[in-house]
Amino acid sequence: MAVPVVTAPPRQAPPDRRRRTRLWSVLAAPGIAWLAAFFLFPLYVVLCIVFGQIDPLFRTPIPVWNPLQWDPTQFTYVLTHIVGENGVYGQAILRTFIYVMVASALCLLIAFPVSYYVARLSGKRRGLLLALLIAPFWISYMMRMFAWVNLLQDDGLFNKMLSLGGLFSPDVKWLTGQPVVVILGLVYGYVPYMILPLYAGLDRLSTPMLEASRDLGADRLSSFRRVTLPLCRPTIVAALLLTCLPMLGDYFTNDMLSASPKTTMVGNLINDGVQAPGQTGQAGAFVMLVFLIALLPMLYYLRSVTRGSEVAS
Amino acid sequence: MRGPVSWWNNPWRPPRFLIAITIGYLLWSLLPVLIAVLYSFNSGRSRTTWQGFSTRWYWGDQTLSVWHNDALHTALLQTLKLGLIATLITVPLGTLFAIGIDRWRGRLPNGANFLMLLSFVLPEVLLAVALLFVITTVAVPVQLGTTAQVIGLVTFQVSYPAVLVRARLATIGPQYEEAAMDLGASPLAALRRIIVPMLLPAIFASTVLVFADVIDDFVLVRYLSGDASTEPVSVKIYNTARAAPTPALNALATLLLFAALAAVVIGFLVYRRMTRGDNTADRGLGGFTGEA
Repeated sequence: MAVPVVTAPPRQAPPDRRRRTRLWSVLAAPGIAWLAAFFLFPLYVVLCIVFGQIDPLFRTPIPVWNPLQWDPTQFTYVLTHIVGENGVYGQAILRTFIYVMVASALCLLIAFPVSYYVARLSGKRRGLLLALLIAPFWISYMMRMFAWVNLLQDDGLFNKMLSLGGLFSPDVKWLTGQPVVVILGLVYGYVPYMILPLYAGLDRLSTPMLEASRDLGADRLSSFRRVTLPLCRPTIVAALLLTCLPMLGDYFTNDMLSASPKTTMVGNLINDGVQAPGQTGQAGAFVMLVFLIALLPMLYYLRSVTRGSEVAS
Repeated sequence: MRGPVSWWNNPWRPPRFLIAITIGYLLWSLLPVLIAVLYSFNSGRSRTTWQGFSTRWYWGDQTLSVWHNDALHTALLQTLKLGLIATLITVPLGTLFAIGIDRWRGRLPNGANFLMLLSFVLPEVLLAVALLFVITTVAVPVQLGTTAQVIGLVTFQVSYPAVLVRARLATIGPQYEEAAMDLGASPLAALRRIIVPMLLPAIFASTVLVFADVIDDFVLVRYLSGDASTEPVSVKIYNTARAAPTPALNALATLLLFAALAAVVIGFLVYRRMTRGDNTADRGLGGFTGEA
């Protein structure tokens, strides 16, 4: 009597599980197809163009599909022009690194205290503060840069403020190749992208842990240094990556606030190459270069996201 | 006697330094934008000197205002069009993808998940240039313009609903679905009648966020726009910001700003209504933006 009861479930389960598998794959199929066609394939096309030929007459790129026939001329051209006597690109790449590093350090200096304060705040004011804090996130990037273009013009409000009502005459042309303006523009543009993940991480900081450290005799600073910072290090790293990666490809901040070759970044090299005939391959080479530079931090970020939810953005 | 030492050691003193830096940050981040909004109501041509209030740059001026100038209102319409179409494709695609990937085990779904996350962190300019190359050098039946822009935007944004929906699936857990199937529902019926209704707030939130993000996008839509008629607002701002524009450009940017903020605010209020009485969902701003 007991035998049919025991054997019945296994007889039903296999078709059920098989149907489930098919259902889930059918649901995921459109998304997978989309990513394959419009994400993976374009990245491959970039490779085919970088290692492809250029039409001698029209200066248009001819992609070479077979990896065995790839010709590295254009890529090595870019590589050999980074350092050495032909190092026209080296400066821009170095500048990009410096700008991105300084800008993200400033971002962290601003974003950490702000998100720490709002995350530790309780009560009614917190909702309002949080809303104000993430409002820039949904104001168009171009709008925010344009706001600064208005302020920083030669007769703009910023210069008027500096002159203190006509006392001084500061003759600073802010919008023509000032590295400080570009760096501060980057900070202004990308701080919201850092505040959001930082806030999410700091919000989950365990209060009992902080109280325990204070109870056990740590003072303010050492409690911060030895408990708070180690606890939210993954969050800080994730937030830094989320701001650095888009900054690496940024060219529009530069175009809006400086538009001068004195502040050219890698993003500008890509943008200029895309628009100039015959340089498509070089633009592609820069795209690959940025991709390779960004790959390691991207993989690090993805690993930390998929491993635990503590740094999920 | 309260010296500086006892002041420093007092655990209950207000965090003046943090308050100062927060207020300073808010002023610094919002004031320039507010000033730009203010000058969109300037009655003169200047974007730096206040000459009195008017709505001239919105509809008053017969040739230069947003309402009357073809180029400007085409840009606004293109932005809204892209926002609607891209959102309508992105959200179902991402939601189905997330549900499928969440349950389907194997190499292929793992790889697809990795690709999805990669598209989330890849610098946008790389994807934009790659798509531009595909359209200009490969014989594909897609022209630069609205179609190309939508394809690019969907590819870049699809990870947003996918991440949000997967996070929500993780908090729902398998028990509701198992209960439904124990009571005789097929997997599809359990999905349709139990899981999708529970996912609705997350799906809705991602709809709002994707829309707000798409209408603010710049890099992709610029490279993939064919000509001036498919250039949305952000590209218009970029093209004319340094070429002595009139406050009509401020007005255009302001309209875009209000569109994005209205979408987010209304979306958040609806989200609060949808999750009323639901104690498994985070009902705060954090839950809405998927950051908690």
